[in-house]
Amino acid sequence: MITRTSISAVVAVTALLALAGCGSSSEGTEKRELTVFAAASLTDTFTELAEQFEKEHPGVKVTTSFGGSSDLVAQIEDGAPADVFASADTKNMDKLGDLATDPQDFASNTLEIATPPGNPAEIGGFQDLAKAGTKVVVCAAEVPCGSATAEMEKKTGVDIEPVSEEQSVSDVLAKVTSGDADAGLVYVTDVTAAGGTVTGVEFAESDEVVNTYPISALDGADDADLAQEFVDLVRSESGQKVLSDAGFGQP
Amino acid sequence: MPASASPDLLGRSGRTDRQRGAGPSVGMPRWLWLPAGLAAAFIIVPLAAIILRVDLASFPALITSPSALEALWLSLRTAGASTLLCIVLGVPLSTVLARTGFRGQGLVRSLVLLPLVLPPVVSGLALLYTFGRRGLLGQSLDLVGIQIPFTTLAVVMAQTFVALPFLVISLEGALRTSGTRYEAVAATLGARPTTVYRRVTLPLVAPGLLSGSVLAFARCLGEFGATITFAGNLPGVTSTMPLQVYLLRVDDPDAAVALSLVLVVVAVAVIGFARHGRAL
Repeated sequence: MITRTSISAVVAVTALLALAGCGSSSEGTEKRELTVFAAASLTDTFTELAEQFEKEHPGVKVTTSFGGSSDLVAQIEDGAPADVFASADTKNMDKLGDLATDPQDFASNTLEIATPPGNPAEIGGFQDLAKAGTKVVVCAAEVPCGSATAEMEKKTGVDIEPVSEEQSVSDVLAKVTSGDADAGLVYVTDVTAAGGTVTGVEFAESDEVVNTYPISALDGADDADLAQEFVDLVRSESGQKVLSDAGFGQP
Repeated sequence: MPASASPDLLGRSGRTDRQRGAGPSVGMPRWLWLPAGLAAAFIIVPLAAIILRVDLASFPALITSPSALEALWLSLRTAGASTLLCIVLGVPLSTVLARTGFRGQGLVRSLVLLPLVLPPVVSGLALLYTFGRRGLLGQSLDLVGIQIPFTTLAVVMAQTFVALPFLVISLEGALRTSGTRYEAVAATLGARPTTVYRRVTLPLVAPGLLSGSVLAFARCLGEFGATITFAGNLPGVTSTMPLQVYLLRVDDPDAAVALSLVLVVVAVAVIGFARHGRAL
């Protein structure tokens, strides 16, 4: 009898918790919420900008979700509750079509070589990545940093034979910081963000491939004005300062 | 004969169960049908959903593309090699765990079964910190010119790490159920331990070994997290089917779905083969 009662109790509590979990978003109608989807390379800057936005808009809670731009686009198309989207390249923003109300460029990024601290393999420039025996990790061509890498190879005529094609910039960095790769190709801002865990190697040709970051409020945003205000903050002087401090270039 | 009345991990009931027949039925509470049906539907509907998403017109072209065949071949090769490795390493380990008792045996068993419940990414990190260029053993290996990460060997090691416990848990159970009576008889008739092990013990647990190997093979085929963490992703070298599916899922969903279906079919074929293999 005791067992049956306790089992019923567990089931009841679990059901209540599940219901509470589903219903929690409808509580607190006073609070306004804003959900921002942004490319993984914007993790640090947009976390800071979200805090700034919350400070300037009391009662607003900003939720951020970071991931590969193409992943985020797929989620938005599948109905994820995003109000603002910031992409690491125009290609992915274009995929949204009319879902993005007014895409505007807000930053740019170039490639840089990341090596383990101290650059043990003595990578001096882009052409060194093609040296025999050098373990180079790049992004797969399907993701923005990978298509930038492919374009750079085409422009410079340097043919890299990577040991691995990773799914995202952070996967590339992980292989470099662990010391298992001699070098990885990531964005300038990723090297800045990684701090002392990697040594960056700039190369002369990096200006030839520039990734432009567009941002847009999304059609179907719960609060279109609030979404646009966030976009405005990113493009404002103080927003641009946060971005340039992190190594981003002008759009 | 093993007196196991409950079905094993592949759904095969022990023989005694069938011989006994239905007998006087206690009856199952009727209401159990509802949650049981929900549970079955929860697994079956998503499988049906992925099949329904397959674009039949382009399916043959997608699964016979050079990159798909390359990934499939790599997956089958690595999963096969890993399963062999699991058998070579797992049979002795299961025997020691089932047939001996030593101090700390419970702890050893818990630790070697840990990859069953560990997130595969964590398993991959653990391997990286062991065999990576700056890892515990990898540092020394690097000095003699052996580098494991980013190689097909790394894929096999990742798969073996996560799949070995499946074989050990199946086989240890089979060894315990089969008991030691026949072994004792063989020994009294003058057979040496190795002969008893080869002629009595192993044949008795052959079904358990088969189901354990099949489970290990299936787990190897589906391995993703440990592989991407430890071995990376390079077509033809380390990019197995699950890695391809993950990479393609956004830019080329049709190809991802087609490859997924191939994995489902291979899994069904393997399990089906194993379920009927016992009759052979």
